Amino acid sequence: MTEPKPNEIVFKKRLSENTVRIEVVAPLIAKKAQPGQFVIIRVHSRGERIPLTIADSNKETGTITLIFQEVGKSTFALGLLEQGGFLHDVVGPLGHPTPIEKYGNAIIVAGGLGTAEMYPIARALREAGNHVITIVGARRKDLLVMVEEMESVSDEIIITTDDGSLGRKGVVTVPLKELVEDGRADFVITCGPTIMMKFVAEATREAGVPTFASLNPIMVDGTGMCGACRVSVGGKTRFACVDGPDFNAHEVDFEELMMRQKAFCDFERKSLDLWLEEHPERAHSGG
Amino acid sequence: MTEEETHKTAENTEPSKAERKNKVGPDGLTKRDRLKIKRHPMPEQAPEERTTNFRSVVFGYTPEMAYEEAQRCLDCPRPKCIEGCPAEVDIPAFIREILKGDLEESYRILKADNALPAVCGRVCPQEAQCELTCLLAKKGPVAIGRLEQFVAEYMLDKYEKEPPKVEKIIPTKEKVAVIGAGPAGITAATDLVKMGYEVTIFEALHKPGGVLNYGIPPFRMPRRILNAELASIEQMGVDVRCNMVFGKTVTYEELLEDGYKAFFLGTGAGLPTFMGIPGENANGVYSANEYLTRVNLMEAWDFPNADTPVFVGKNVVTTGAGNTAMDSARVSKRMPGVEKSYIVYRRTRNEAPARNEEIEHAEQEGVIFKYLTQPIEILRDEKNWITGMRCIQMELGEPDDSGRRRPVPIPDSEFEIECDTLLVAIGQRPNPIAMRSIPGLEISRWGTIVVDEETMMTTVPGVFAGGDATVGSSTVIMAVGHGKKAARAVDAYLAKQREKSEK
Repeated sequence: MTEPKPNEIVFKKRLSENTVRIEVVAPLIAKKAQPGQFVIIRVHSRGERIPLTIADSNKETGTITLIFQEVGKSTFALGLLEQGGFLHDVVGPLGHPTPIEKYGNAIIVAGGLGTAEMYPIARALREAGNHVITIVGARRKDLLVMVEEMESVSDEIIITTDDGSLGRKGVVTVPLKELVEDGRADFVITCGPTIMMKFVAEATREAGVPTFASLNPIMVDGTGMCGACRVSVGGKTRFACVDGPDFNAHEVDFEELMMRQKAFCDFERKSLDLWLEEHPERAHSGG
Repeated sequence: MTEEETHKTAENTEPSKAERKNKVGPDGLTKRDRLKIKRHPMPEQAPEERTTNFRSVVFGYTPEMAYEEAQRCLDCPRPKCIEGCPAEVDIPAFIREILKGDLEESYRILKADNALPAVCGRVCPQEAQCELTCLLAKKGPVAIGRLEQFVAEYMLDKYEKEPPKVEKIIPTKEKVAVIGAGPAGITAATDLVKMGYEVTIFEALHKPGGVLNYGIPPFRMPRRILNAELASIEQMGVDVRCNMVFGKTVTYEELLEDGYKAFFLGTGAGLPTFMGIPGENANGVYSANEYLTRVNLMEAWDFPNADTPVFVGKNVVTTGAGNTAMDSARVSKRMPGVEKSYIVYRRTRNEAPARNEEIEHAEQEGVIFKYLTQPIEILRDEKNWITGMRCIQMELGEPDDSGRRRPVPIPDSEFEIECDTLLVAIGQRPNPIAMRSIPGLEISRWGTIVVDEETMMTTVPGVFAGGDATVGSSTVIMAVGHGKKAARAVDAYLAKQREKSEK
């Protein structure tokens, strides 16, 4: 058997129609990756720099796990790579790790793909002696990812779906508010769609529960060079790539972030449409 | 003849003034003939043509033009041009070889002192350096930069067709880590490899070149030429490792453990400065760094053939008047759909830090300059998109610390500029990631790495630094000069360490 080479995809699994999990050989990154950090990858020589959270890492095998959703040209192209294929570039680990301490009851609120990002954080919080309660939400049952993995690192898990196809019907903030009211929330960290994180912040604001949001703004270099990822936190401009990606959720200007995330949507659509014309076999899942 | 006699004879044959005047060069011309030749203008694309493409603005000299321009050099006995060059390139020697028709030797001379002659020929402010100190400066200096560009590009083209036999230098000395593959790092690395060191460059981005790749647009520095020049560095034996963020992917401590005996930080000034005025996080507002990185490094100028997009509207304003601002405004002129590209600057053309040639090129291309104008607020619509900028008119008052007259606002002179894109190009500061990861490294209050100007050594023994990381934003050639100085100092430092350990 040949030795796996750097950037090689050694494992690939489709978790749902548009969600893919890959394991990539990146020994230097695997050696250092801490919960909350991310990498930037490129699929080909003229490709975009795509930031992806490190969902897991293994020092022994020298691999990192990345989970992504096919939403645009670059992620669809990434989804075409198979086991044995190579990423063009991988750089990291970037960003600050999530502060892991013993808080008591630590609540994880994850939406959609955010679950993948929260997995190493949940595990680390539990290892630090917290009672970890995970709330995962999605629109439908088939859009939930990594539920089993999350169960394995949580003391309690609550699932919500918008349509009630699994777990409680409704949104993640309902069980979160109950936990806050019961005094069972000492620390909250959330990752998922920005609108969800905004409501999570609202749900814990009044009770003053320390709440962190792991933000996912548009990035280019990911090393503090461009400022594409700037967010307003407590009235100050911060760069999510080097100052974050986790920030005090009660201070984040989520409205501004949501609008900034839409800055390139016309281009993203055009790019994807052109790509789907060339890849008609993927057109059904391109929305 | 004994050595002494040779020396005496040489003294005796020192040409008299009259003899020097009539000295015949390899081309058969005398000084008088040379003085009659006029400086050759640079052939370039017409302004209305070049704003429709990203191809090189200048065509470069033809071999005939280069020969005639080379004939203008008086080959002074004590050449002042070399003193004006931070890289101390042997300018008269490389020009002499053009006259002899030996471009290979000419290129070798250029490369001996500067790893990046094609780059420097194009982007150096020669008018403030070698051409300023040229004896002919007043009547039109020898076009040293254009000749350098000609020789380097001619040879790179030639080598592309028939690759030269480059002998990789086998390292015999210690391992040295260079952080950042920009002009400072590349220079330090190549000089150290030549001295016999085993050099690895750790570069954070996916391509080497630093600001040459992310900052300087292809119409000033064509990527084919840049890539060829960068490839020649690796052919020499420098190990360039991309996607390595020093302080993140690899740390100082790890590299020490790995046997690296000295470090050179050429991490540049990549941290963008914003104005700190309301509305700066509006959509359509970019740091010049982001805008140029998208267009140049990520090739957004060729979207959707390249994947990374860049939004540019009809009316683009760039604030600032340095070279980065000129690049931003000129890139904008070339982007499809752009109708107006403005430069807004709070002082006047006289104080503008950009090279005169860059300002001239921008003017020719129709960039609209609004001097004595200070932005005070960015106007936005309900979706956070920029719709315009509120500005105030300024006038020049008393000189400030920099010696330039300080701009002061004129009361009740506020007005609005309608725009849908704003590029903030008011300066960059050193990127802190790398420098923060070395314990004990002293940083100035401007965020630059503190170094001993003689040796370029930082406050940490064995760690050297140079280029923009130590001075804020400056020029490529200054970075080259620092890289050279630091390479000599690294060599001296390691020699001393060797001596110590032998004792």
